[in-house]
Amino acid sequence: MGDFFQNRNGALHVMIFPAVVLLFVFSYVPLFGLTIAFQKYNIFKGIFDSAWIGFGNFRFVLSLPDIYQVLWNTFYIAIMKIAAGLIVPVAFALLLNEVRSVLFKKTVQTIVYFPYFLSWVLLGGILIDILSPSTGIVNDIMAGLGFKPVFFLGDASVFPYVLVATDTWKSFGFGTIVYLAALTNIDQSQYEASIIDGASRWKQALYITLPGILPTVILMATLSLGGILNAGFDQIFNLYSPIVYRTGDIIDTMVYRMGLVDRQYGPAAAIGFFKSVVSFVLIVISYKLAGKFANYRIF
Amino acid sequence: MKEYSTPGRKLFVIFNAILLSAIALACMLPIVNLLAISFSSSEFAASNAVKLWPKGFTLKAYQFVADKPEFLRSFVVSAKVVAIGTFINLLLALPTSYVLSRSEERFKWRNVYAWYFVLTMLFNGGLIPGYLTVKEVGLLNSIFALILPGAVQVFSIILLMNFFRSLPKEIDEAALVDGAGHWTNLLKIYAPLSKPALATITLFAIVGHWNSWFDGIIFMNNPMNYPLQSYLQTVIIKPDYQIIASSNINLLSLVNEQTSRAAQIFLATLPILLVYPFFQRYFIKGLVMGSVKG
Repeated sequence: MGDFFQNRNGALHVMIFPAVVLLFVFSYVPLFGLTIAFQKYNIFKGIFDSAWIGFGNFRFVLSLPDIYQVLWNTFYIAIMKIAAGLIVPVAFALLLNEVRSVLFKKTVQTIVYFPYFLSWVLLGGILIDILSPSTGIVNDIMAGLGFKPVFFLGDASVFPYVLVATDTWKSFGFGTIVYLAALTNIDQSQYEASIIDGASRWKQALYITLPGILPTVILMATLSLGGILNAGFDQIFNLYSPIVYRTGDIIDTMVYRMGLVDRQYGPAAAIGFFKSVVSFVLIVISYKLAGKFANYRIF
Repeated sequence: MKEYSTPGRKLFVIFNAILLSAIALACMLPIVNLLAISFSSSEFAASNAVKLWPKGFTLKAYQFVADKPEFLRSFVVSAKVVAIGTFINLLLALPTSYVLSRSEERFKWRNVYAWYFVLTMLFNGGLIPGYLTVKEVGLLNSIFALILPGAVQVFSIILLMNFFRSLPKEIDEAALVDGAGHWTNLLKIYAPLSKPALATITLFAIVGHWNSWFDGIIFMNNPMNYPLQSYLQTVIIKPDYQIIASSNINLLSLVNEQTSRAAQIFLATLPILLVYPFFQRYFIKGLVMGSVKG
């Protein structure tokens, strides 16, 4: 039987060929392009004739006064987003799970998933308006409650938290999908047994529901480790301005300005190279951990 | 299941319903506010009087947008990118996922290919080498710079592969033993059984193409070729006065900037609002089943 299938595998190579080629050009060729991190890259000489300078670009980048702040910002913003991105969807899924009315539940789900599908360009446009200190509806509401106006997007001390809050607002709904799926997989007979034993709803949530989804929570937490240097380029690029660079500038925005605005390809590629290596190590560790503890496999 | 009706439980149910409604409203209000502003007269919008219902109802902002050739042109570019890009995404994902869904005993190259695809998710060259590659391939300023670099969506391929693997193996074996080829097997048996997964990756492809803006900004030298979101990025987030200057000055003074911004943002949101309910009934099933490991 094995031979029967092996003999007809020619078509499989043909079927996968176009994707293999496209991935080679747009994913593997850029890996060779990373060599410019070690070159004094000259756009006219190209990758083959530019001078090799070893770790010169890395030394240059490390000598920049802002780099350590940028690294810290990236890490700090990403960690807060990861934490909020775990806690809020879990809490929301648990609350939604207590709702009996199917219609109400479906309606809430439909609404809260939606912002996930909007781009940061559109949300940026909306947020710039509603967060404005003079004409924004949020400051309007806060003034009504007796608070002083806050320049959410122009005050470096609040900017990182605005990033975390708005990112959570955009994606928490979508994040609940995986937990709601885990909730439906909990064995219903456990609840029935607990009722006979006289457990309250609160006790059920604490001793059946929460442990039931804990493996999923741990899995999601582990997998999010790989994103520790992804503070969210799209969001920050559309919300930041030089006033908030001190707390809001991250690796990706710095690479963009250095590489594609100032055309310093070598140093920009060096920072990108650093980020790719660190992310690679973290992703591999997180997959290994997820495989070990949750039996998770990518394929 | 027996429902408790202690006073504490009743209080919780009411509190929970109010809290969930408030959160859902918080997700919707910014978009309702946007819509209200776009239909309001500029005086009311400027004086910050518009909340959730238009004041001084007018279509001026939309007339202003309709008279903007830049908006319409970039809308057409985006529509093209969505149509061609999504078609290519699916055309590549179907056979690729099918091949990767074969078991290793049946197809000994399967794991080699699987690693080849997964590696690109683990390690990437980053922005600068990616940009230089597209430039060297000669795609700058071409619509294909917005389509080909993301044509192979590994995440979608893995999702579809897992969905294929969750289908019973017997139907597949029967077809192959009966003499059906792999293409027939894929198109006649696998594809029709995988509607939720296909709907999910189609939704992600459509939304992904419609929402992408950064590739347009870095790969298109000429703003005439910008897709809609790149265009909006330059006029709404980082106003580029050259582009604004080229549009009709008289019209610009007629319409308050805030109302026309709102109209443009809403028009760019509209296609997503339209496809979303259509796909929503599938994507939860598609996502959940696609993440079941086979």
